[in-house]
Amino acid sequence: MSYANLYEPPGPRGVARNRVLTAFVALALLAVGYFVYTRFDAKDQWTAEKWTPLLRGDVWLTFILPGLAGTLAAAVAGVVLAALFGIVFATARLSDHAWIRVPAATVVEFFRSVPLLLLIFFAFFGSFVLIGVNVSAFAAVVFGLTLYNGSVIAEIIRAGVLSLPKGQREAAYAVGMRKGQAMRLVLLPQGVKAMLPALVSQFVVLLKDSALGFIVGYDELVDRGLNGIAANFSNVIPAAVLIAGVFIVINMALDRLAHRLGAASSGAA
Amino acid sequence: MEALLTEGGTILAAFWMTVRLTAVSALGSLVLGTLLTAMRVAPLASLRATATAYVTVARNTPLTLVLLFTGLGIGANLGLELSDDIATNNFWLAVIGLTAYTSAFVCEALRSGLNTVPVGQAEAARSLGLGFVKTLALITLPQAFRAVVAPLGSLLIALTKNTTIALVVGVAEASVRMREMIETYGDQVIEIFLGFAAGFVLLCLPMGLLFGWLSKRMAVAR
Repeated sequence: MSYANLYEPPGPRGVARNRVLTAFVALALLAVGYFVYTRFDAKDQWTAEKWTPLLRGDVWLTFILPGLAGTLAAAVAGVVLAALFGIVFATARLSDHAWIRVPAATVVEFFRSVPLLLLIFFAFFGSFVLIGVNVSAFAAVVFGLTLYNGSVIAEIIRAGVLSLPKGQREAAYAVGMRKGQAMRLVLLPQGVKAMLPALVSQFVVLLKDSALGFIVGYDELVDRGLNGIAANFSNVIPAAVLIAGVFIVINMALDRLAHRLGAASSGAA
Repeated sequence: MEALLTEGGTILAAFWMTVRLTAVSALGSLVLGTLLTAMRVAPLASLRATATAYVTVARNTPLTLVLLFTGLGIGANLGLELSDDIATNNFWLAVIGLTAYTSAFVCEALRSGLNTVPVGQAEAARSLGLGFVKTLALITLPQAFRAVVAPLGSLLIALTKNTTIALVVGVAEASVRMREMIETYGDQVIEIFLGFAAGFVLLCLPMGLLFGWLSKRMAVAR
């Protein structure tokens, strides 16, 4: 994508001016970098002992990989359950019967407007009083991820189904399908396909949200990094940088997938 | 119910903190997000690269980690004292973290808004002799803003809910209060949860309606 139409191609003077401005930008970036460097240096954050542990195999085996496994376990469980929740409630909200549609809409709108952290706290700290057992942090995190992201996914799928041409439903009825069959065999598959990029973007949100598990002590990547690695090598900053890097790499891969799916579905249409 | 009624004052205080965090961070994100958008479409490759790198990092890092970073990095290791008072200091640390995270999303929204502005607008501005800054500030950005009122509204609602994560830098807002209350009044878990949830619904519902109305009113007729 190009925004070059916002400015003329620079002439000789423009080129010279842009060079000077680029130098200023570089200087400003260097100044920020220098400031961070010296301040961190004063706290000994750059010493090799703080960074080399991140390259050691045993550190990866004891902290990073198990943490990643925890994060992915919560995210995968969340994605599967949220997708189920989303399909059920999208269908319910598209129902012809008001007694199904209205409660479904209420549930979806409620869970969409409650902060995820409150849902996790409710499950984690409230479970003993409510159901007599203390649920694990994993269950509380998945509970929150499912209800919140499931509601968002329900809205995405509903928008996808509503975006289909009216003829799809009419053709399904014309060949003798019942309402449920038309939804299950004709409308939902197309609605989901049309919304695949938005769904993958929501999965990125879900993966990032799984880091909230850190707050209730769920054994995941942020927890292993900041409470595991940092406690052993007192290298909070390097550990946090590494963990952010892991999240960024995974999310960028998912982002790329969403773009590719978007290009594929718009190319086919 | 009694718990919610007897603790009404402290709950309101917690939500007042939520509102303040949201308002200040929203303002900061709008300013920084606009600046990032301008950088991303600027004629200078260095500015574009800086903004792109920033947005990629900020968007893909969990907010929990961003806030931990501001707490540990800026607070503990950069040694920046924003205020002598610890509570005020933590408040501003949370604002920095929330702003750093949300502005990346504001930038993405505004950039897609710029795409809705017809090419002829910028071309006409250039043919009148306006340079990059004036074309952007007077012609294309104002139209882009009017196109993305609804997405910005969604971002504001998301920000309101995200302020609950400010507890990791020690800001006593609604989520902290709810956790404390569940511990104190264990027998009234459902009422407490529904009460705090209602607080957020009350905050977010008017925002959604207002921005829905604004986006229709501000839409550029084409």
